[in-house]
Amino acid sequence: MGLLSKKDTKLITDPLADNNPITIQVLGICSALAITAELKASIVMSISVLFVLGLGNVVISLMRNIIPSKIRIIVQLIVVATLVIIVDLVLKAFAYELSKTLSVFVGLIITNCIIMGRFEAFALGNGPWRSFLDGIGNALGYAVILIIVGFFRELLGSGTLLGFKVLGDPIEKTGLYAIGYENNGFMLLSPMALVVVGIIIWVQRSRNKALIEEH
Amino acid sequence: MEHIELFFKSIFIDNMVFATFLGMCSYLAVSKKVSTAVGLGAAVIFVLAVTVPLNWLLDQYVLKEGALVWLGEEYADYDLSFLSFIMFIATIATMVQLVEIIVEKFSPALYNSLGIFLPLIAVNCAILGGSLFMQSREIPSLGLAATYGVGSGIGWFLAILAIAAIREKIRYSQVPPALRGLGITFIITGLMAIGFMSFGGMLTGGDDAPEKEVKKEVVSKEKNEIEDEKNDKKNQEKIATLTKEIE
Repeated sequence: MGLLSKKDTKLITDPLADNNPITIQVLGICSALAITAELKASIVMSISVLFVLGLGNVVISLMRNIIPSKIRIIVQLIVVATLVIIVDLVLKAFAYELSKTLSVFVGLIITNCIIMGRFEAFALGNGPWRSFLDGIGNALGYAVILIIVGFFRELLGSGTLLGFKVLGDPIEKTGLYAIGYENNGFMLLSPMALVVVGIIIWVQRSRNKALIEEH
Repeated sequence: MEHIELFFKSIFIDNMVFATFLGMCSYLAVSKKVSTAVGLGAAVIFVLAVTVPLNWLLDQYVLKEGALVWLGEEYADYDLSFLSFIMFIATIATMVQLVEIIVEKFSPALYNSLGIFLPLIAVNCAILGGSLFMQSREIPSLGLAATYGVGSGIGWFLAILAIAAIREKIRYSQVPPALRGLGITFIITGLMAIGFMSFGGMLTGGDDAPEKEVKKEVVSKEKNEIEDEKNDKKNQEKIATLTKEIE
């Protein structure tokens, strides 16, 4: 890739696995858990965060030399809030049903710690292009976890993926249901999101021993 | 009564952490020791109790559709609710700064224990979430908004206190190495959330739906009584005929 140097590629690939914002940096958990009962909602949420984090990082990075450090939190909040209002209005205009399911969680992107965390840790000290890559990388890392959780919760909980009945029809007893398979309605309840994320962390840390914490 | 109901509902049924997963980031990051958890929890109660009523006023008199009517008739059509995110977060951020300054000035002891947590709180989703839920649930009065703020704050406090206590003890258990720290905390929180789901039925007694059932029961009771009387008459007749036959 001519556009991206080795260092730049690392900015995007690192957050996908070994420095994942959710499982390693512990940022942005709230929304990751609350809206993952359906795969579609997780995907839309990921795209919204991608937009806000990518653009927000660029804006903050461009302004980094003129923001007085005492009031930087308020400045950052205003930038995020503006971007989130754009996302919210777009969702309300083009995907009204979905914006109802996401309800206040679109607004909560503002306080999603991923965004503030990346602004503080990266955009305030780096140029716009690298900040943009960092934003995209972290948003993708967030998206990966959201989509994995959404995939398993929707598949096991209601037997569908993006609304398609992939496991057969539970009422007419086709597909897997013909041999006695039942949906696990428990997966749709919010506590299971926590357990699924816990299991993802378990798998990830078993594969990469360097990530294991000491209590 | 309304206040008590909303108070307990916001602590147990709609618990910030276990039902809506708000403020998870600081919940996970600051729950390693009970003493710090108590400090952050107290700060959250305090800030929620201040910002939720404040944002309620803002919502009622500035942001809602037709809220600007007090400025004059020509403002009746204005709907500024699309600005609520930015207004709420601005209120919260300024309030937190203000509270920090006031506490530092008047109670240095409190500032030493709470102070470091206050800046953290501006970006805690529980605080903004409290205001947004207050708006979407259409809480009718300022008093109820205050109750809601305090209640959800206490709910959050309870949650972080509980997980901090568990995490202090879990150090002595044999957790699989890859689950140590974050992983096991997630799973425990999940189990606690399942426990808190059982509070769901706590306040449904006063709702409309069960009342109908009660009425049905009353009706069926009356039916039963009528039938009983009929049965009694039949029985008496039977007894009478039997006694006659015996005679």
